Amino acid sequence: MIYFDNSATTKPYPEVLQSFHQVAETYYGNPSSIHRFGSDSERLLNQSKKQAAQLLSIDPEEIIFTSGGTEGNNLAIKGIALQHQNRGKHIITSSIEHPSVLEACKALEGLGFEVTYLPVNEQGIIDISDLEKSIREDTILISVMHVNNELGSIQPIQQIGKIANRYPKLYFHVDYVQGLGKVPLDFHKSKIDLCTMSSHKIHGLKGTGILFVKKNTSLFPLMHGGSQETSYRAGTENLPGIVSMVKALRMTLEYQRSHLSSLKKMHEKIRRSLEEINGVVVNTPENSAPHILNFSMPGFKPEVVIHALGEHGVFISTKSACSSKDADESAILKACGADHERASSALRVSLSYFNTDEEVDTFLSTFRTVIDQLSEVMG
Amino acid sequence: MQYDHILIRYGEMSLKGKNRKHFVAKLYENVKSKLQSFPDIKIKRNRDRMYILLNGEDPQPVMDQIKDVFGIQSFSLAVKVNSTEEEINEGALFALTKPENVKTFKVSVRRVDKQFPVSSQDMNRVIGGHLLRNTEGYQVDVHQPDMEIMVEIRRDGTYITSEKVKGAGGLPVGTTGKSLLLLSGGIDSPVAGYLTMKRGVEIEAIHFHSPPYTSERSKQKVLELAQKLTRFGNKVRVHVVPFTKLQQSLYRQVPEHYGMTVMRRLMMRISERVADREGILSFTTGESLGQVASQTMESMNVINEVTNYPIIRPLISMDKLDIIELSKQIDTYEISIRPYEDCCTVFVPSQPKTRPTREKVNEVEAKVDFTQELEETLENIETLEFSEEHSEKENEFSDLL
Repeated sequence: MIYFDNSATTKPYPEVLQSFHQVAETYYGNPSSIHRFGSDSERLLNQSKKQAAQLLSIDPEEIIFTSGGTEGNNLAIKGIALQHQNRGKHIITSSIEHPSVLEACKALEGLGFEVTYLPVNEQGIIDISDLEKSIREDTILISVMHVNNELGSIQPIQQIGKIANRYPKLYFHVDYVQGLGKVPLDFHKSKIDLCTMSSHKIHGLKGTGILFVKKNTSLFPLMHGGSQETSYRAGTENLPGIVSMVKALRMTLEYQRSHLSSLKKMHEKIRRSLEEINGVVVNTPENSAPHILNFSMPGFKPEVVIHALGEHGVFISTKSACSSKDADESAILKACGADHERASSALRVSLSYFNTDEEVDTFLSTFRTVIDQLSEVMG
Repeated sequence: MQYDHILIRYGEMSLKGKNRKHFVAKLYENVKSKLQSFPDIKIKRNRDRMYILLNGEDPQPVMDQIKDVFGIQSFSLAVKVNSTEEEINEGALFALTKPENVKTFKVSVRRVDKQFPVSSQDMNRVIGGHLLRNTEGYQVDVHQPDMEIMVEIRRDGTYITSEKVKGAGGLPVGTTGKSLLLLSGGIDSPVAGYLTMKRGVEIEAIHFHSPPYTSERSKQKVLELAQKLTRFGNKVRVHVVPFTKLQQSLYRQVPEHYGMTVMRRLMMRISERVADREGILSFTTGESLGQVASQTMESMNVINEVTNYPIIRPLISMDKLDIIELSKQIDTYEISIRPYEDCCTVFVPSQPKTRPTREKVNEVEAKVDFTQELEETLENIETLEFSEEHSEKENEFSDLL
């Protein structure tokens, strides 16, 4: 089997599963319990936070453990909006954000907030001067993703941060779920106040994530209850999940150091080979993230291609898994100015550090075969 | 051209006549240990300066480390050039134009090597002229320059430095002996330890642990505080005293409102025995006058009666808010405020004597005998050693994380 759907989710590292099992079995004490058994869990929790902070070059107090990307984005956006609505009720985001950002913003519109959705160019990048022009007296939050989940395009986060930093009332949130472990991002240099990360995209397990919240930034919690996560996120900590996430983070950053160039090579090879195939339009712009490649097959129904590849044990996807159940058309490609044909025939290959050259070759030959077969009927 | 050196200026140790050599050697040792995670750098020292040769290492992280070393008055990034007019001019130009936001400057030449043909005064003019001719928008301002470019012409070369960064000051840890810090886990004692270290003192800590009245977490807290202190002194040993038995018999036999005073006196006696065993000549405490019942003038008088060792009390005249400020600076505050019981808070009587007298306490103590428990306690002291973490250290959870 060839798994090329790593932007949807990744296969957990065996070491991560082992840690999960070990922690779930041994450290089931509640970190808040005062007995020694609880204190052992608490120490492990603190050590996990400390290590995560070291790996991300931030302070342990700046980490909130969450249940994943969707919660991180919701907590960042609603948390800032609700907490700081007295300062203003205007939010700026882009039109190609993940649904957990867009829908959170839409929900806030229902509560009387105003949201500006910045357009993107055909490369999927916002225009910095558009952003500057949209900032108003009552703008409290800019939320822009780093790597786009469907296209792989990378927003100019550092430039956005620089602008946001000029307005003391303004918070800057970045959805870093797709970029983590693939495209480095310096939170401090980029003047980021909040940053969402997710464990299962980096070979950890579902149900865990990190929200970076810069010191002295206050949020309105989504979950009220105990004082876990400095009261920003009540609920007994998912210690096995947290420990395995931090381990996955460490391992992924190690792979990033050692395997990034081979990932880039595979990516490049797929791009070049697909470009040679008649009828394929590559949507992912050059200089994008090294693991996502989006392309369209105008005239082909993407679902059919996916199923046909699936029969050969090759797994790729259409648009992001989170919106795959909607109609065929990709809102993101549409926002990039693609016509209906192209926007409704998009496919996405997303790689991990564990994919191999052989897999790339097999995928390419399988793909050609499948297209040949299908074009007799569809093309 | 790039910065290839960090020049370190010694603090007041420069004044210490005969001891200078010993001080410099200790500082060298401390700097070296502080920078052990930078394998490529080299450290050179002479009577009044130390130089860190960066050998391509990024200067910023190195400077961040140096900031914590006591005995350093200030330091600067420097370029070393050969002592020729041409190279000196070129180096000064680099020092001026490298940083952003500099508009006005001043040149200060020190000609240590009198063999160099041009006098300091003349060299000031030569360099200043060169800088003005070769740049645009810069002006000389001898009174309040944005940057003072310091040029030291020495025999082995000329050091050109920009911005002076303030060091931690004080004296190199290990040059003025050792003190036993009574470390409770609160906000004050780590700060007291830090300030004592600043005067060149090496610290060992003693902690009184009373399970089950105090939890594992409160001991853990103290150990973490000791770990934090290693940042300023490389190594910190902690003597954990199992205090339960003593405390229990104390509270059975001593009238409640004298309990705390007698307990404090016991702590002093134990500390003296430990100090004696370890060759330590003084104690350090976080006492600050008037803070709590045990820190009234009367209490101190009575508690101090049992030892004639010097007691260093760096916080004695400080306000609580200033102490808190310092504890935040040295990164111990967050640990200190964790809400676990320590051995001093568990047995606090509802009405402690804030004005005990020596006479009365001696009378109380004459009726009891703790010798056996005391000896037993001393035998069971657990000693742990902490040293500064220079990289992701192995810890008990390494296999899981």
